[in-house]
Amino acid sequence: MPILISRDTTCIVQGITGREAVNLTRENLNYGGLKITGGVTPGRFGRDVYGVPVYDCVRDLIRAQGQPDASIVSVPPRFTRDAVFEALENGIRLVVVVTENIPRRQVAQMVELAGLRGARIIGPNCLGVISPGEAKLGGLGGPAENTRQAYMPGPVGLMSRSGGMTTEIASTLTASGLGQSTCVSIGGDAIVGTTYAELMPLFEADPATKAIAIYTEPGGRMEAEFSEWVRANNTRLPVVAFMAGRFMDEMKGMRFGHAGTIVEGKEDSSAEKIARMEDAGISVVERIEEIPVLLRRQLAEQGVAL
Amino acid sequence: MRFYEYEAKALFARHDLPLGARRVVNSADEARAAAAEIGGPVVVKSQVLSGGRMKAGAVRFADTPDEAAAHYQAVLPIIVNGERARAVLIEAQSRVAQEYFASVTWDGRAKRPVLLFSDMGGIDIEEVAASHPEHLSRTHFSSLLPVTERVAKEGIAAVGVSGAALNRLTPIVHRLLLIFLRYDLTLAEINPLARLEDGRFIVLDGHLDMEAEARSEHAALLDELGIDSSETRLARPPTAFEIEGARRNAIDHRGVAGNVVEFDGDLGLVIGAGGGSLTLFDAIRRQGGRPANYCEIGGNPSVAKTANLTELILSKPGVEKIAVMMNVVSNTRVDIVARGVIKGCLRAGVNPSEAIAVFRIPGSWEGEGFKILEHYGVAYCDRSVSMFDAAGRAVAKLGAG
Repeated sequence: MPILISRDTTCIVQGITGREAVNLTRENLNYGGLKITGGVTPGRFGRDVYGVPVYDCVRDLIRAQGQPDASIVSVPPRFTRDAVFEALENGIRLVVVVTENIPRRQVAQMVELAGLRGARIIGPNCLGVISPGEAKLGGLGGPAENTRQAYMPGPVGLMSRSGGMTTEIASTLTASGLGQSTCVSIGGDAIVGTTYAELMPLFEADPATKAIAIYTEPGGRMEAEFSEWVRANNTRLPVVAFMAGRFMDEMKGMRFGHAGTIVEGKEDSSAEKIARMEDAGISVVERIEEIPVLLRRQLAEQGVAL
Repeated sequence: MRFYEYEAKALFARHDLPLGARRVVNSADEARAAAAEIGGPVVVKSQVLSGGRMKAGAVRFADTPDEAAAHYQAVLPIIVNGERARAVLIEAQSRVAQEYFASVTWDGRAKRPVLLFSDMGGIDIEEVAASHPEHLSRTHFSSLLPVTERVAKEGIAAVGVSGAALNRLTPIVHRLLLIFLRYDLTLAEINPLARLEDGRFIVLDGHLDMEAEARSEHAALLDELGIDSSETRLARPPTAFEIEGARRNAIDHRGVAGNVVEFDGDLGLVIGAGGGSLTLFDAIRRQGGRPANYCEIGGNPSVAKTANLTELILSKPGVEKIAVMMNVVSNTRVDIVARGVIKGCLRAGVNPSEAIAVFRIPGSWEGEGFKILEHYGVAYCDRSVSMFDAAGRAVAKLGAG
C-alpha cells in the first residue's frame, strides 16, 4: 500500500489545456494506475484532452462526475493561487502544484488555507508523486516508458527537493535492484506544502516502506526539522541523505538551483545541515551511487529481508 | 532583491514611518548643501547593499556642512565587502535614548510570516538570541487573514515593553508588517528603531529584500524608486558574462539555457537542471576540476538556445573544453541538447569531439541523441556512468590536454 496515492485515486488536472498539462495528462494516462476523470480550463468547457473532458470550473466538474480525491495544478504563476484556492474550496484533499516562480506570500496563503480545510499540498515547483507500478500523479519520470525504465516497485521511500534528481536517484536505486515504495518530489521553493518531516509519519506507517532516501540542498530549515523528527520518533526506517550544493557555503547571498536554495545564515549552510543530520543518526553521502550501498548495509544490519 | 537604505526609507516614508530629515547626494558640494539644509549635526552614510559599513568606516558623523563634505570624500571610495558605494545619504543625527529591533521574515518551517522583536537593537541579533533570549520575541501571523495591530503589540509586549513605549511602537511595527506583505518582501527590518530622548520613535536604518519572483508585480514601485529591471541586487553585481547569458536566455522563451554564474576555472559547464546542476558542480570540484561557470538547462530549450549558451561558454578566455551533463531527463530531450551543443561548438569554431570533454545526459530520446554524438565523434555515456564518475572523466580529459 503506497502513501498519498493509489490505483484507486481519482484525479483532475487544472489548466489541462496548457502545453505542459497536455503532456502530463498523456504521460499519466499512459502510465496507468489512478484515474484522471476530468480537467479544468476556464472558457474551454466541452473540449477534451486525450478523452478527458474539460470544464470551466472545478464546481461544474464535481456536479457532473462527483468528488475527485486529488488535483494537479499546472497553470501560469499568476493564476496558481486562484486555482489552488478553487481546488481547496471544492473539497479536494490532495493538491499537487507543479508551477514554479510563485511568490512565497501566495504559497503561504495556499498552505494556510489547505490547513484550514484539512487538505494537503505537495509543491509548488515539484514533479509530483509516484508509487511505481501502482500510480503516478505528476511529471516524475516523464513519458511512461522512461518512467518504467527509471522506477520500479520496492522498499525505498524517496523524498526530494529536486524533481530531476528524484528520477536520477530512483534510476540508480532501480539499477542496483532496489525498488521504491513511493517517491515524492516535494518542491524546490522556500515554502512548500509538505516537508520531509511531514511525510515521515506516512512512510513510517506504510508496511511497504523499509528505508528512506532523501535529496537535500542548502537553504531553509527543512533538513533541521527532518533531523529533529528522526531523532524524536526513533524511526524504524534507516535513512540515507544526499546533500547537493556544498560549494554554496562559500557564496553567501547567492541563489543557485532553486528559489529556496540560498545561504543567508549559518543554519542554511550544507555543513550545518550535514552535521545536524549526522547527529540524528542519518548517513549523509556525497555520491548518488552510495545511496543503495548504504541502504542495503543498514537494512542487513537491522536484519530486514528485502 | 535587496534595497539600498535610501530606497527602503523612501518606501517607509510612503507608509508614514517616522524618519529623520535626509538627502541622497552624489558630490561633496551636494553633501555640504544637504547638511546645511538639514541643519545641525548629520550622519554621512555610504549606500551599499552589504552589511558591515560601520566597521569599514563608511558611516561618519559631522557637526558642520564642511565636515559633511569632507566625510563624503572620505566614505565614497571605501569598498565594503567588495562593493562600491551607489550614493551617500546625509541624515540628521538623533539623540537616542534606547535602540530596538523589528524584523519580519518568512519561517519556512511554520510556513508563515514571523515578526522578530527585541528591545536590544543596534547589535547583532543572533548574539541577542544566544545570550539574551528573553529580549527577543518571535510572533507568527497569518498571511491570509487581515493583519491587525494585535500582532505587533504581542510581539513588543513579549520582551517586557509596556507603557507609552508599547503604545507608540505598536503602530510603527504594525506598518512594517503591512509593508512586508504588501510588497512581497522576504525581509523587512528596522534596526535600529530608536526611542529619542523626548520619547518619540524614529527609524534609523532599514533593510528590505523583495522576492525576485514578485518583481514584475511591483514594477511600478520599482520604477518610481529608480531600480532598473536589469539589476539583480544579489550578494555581488553580475559580470558581463552573466549579463550576456541572461540576454541570450531571454531571446527565446522556451526552456532555460543561459542562467549562468561566472567562476574563474577552466572547465566550461553545460549542465542542468536545478538539483542536477548543484550535484554536478560539487562533483566537478570534488574530482579536482575548476568550473568556469555554473549554469542551468531545463524545460527543453530549443537547439538554438542551447547552441547560444554553448558558444558563450566557449568564448570565455581559457575555456577550451566543456562538460555537458545532466541527471536522467524526462522532459528535456537528449537529442535536442546534443544538437545544440554540437552546433554551439561549430559556431565557436571548435571541433565538438575535442571541445566536449564528456556528454552524460541519459533519458528521453537518448537513442537519437547518442547517434548524433557518435556521428561527430563525441564521447558520451549513459546512466550506467554516475554523475560523479562522469565529472571525473571530464576533469581527467582536461588534465590530459
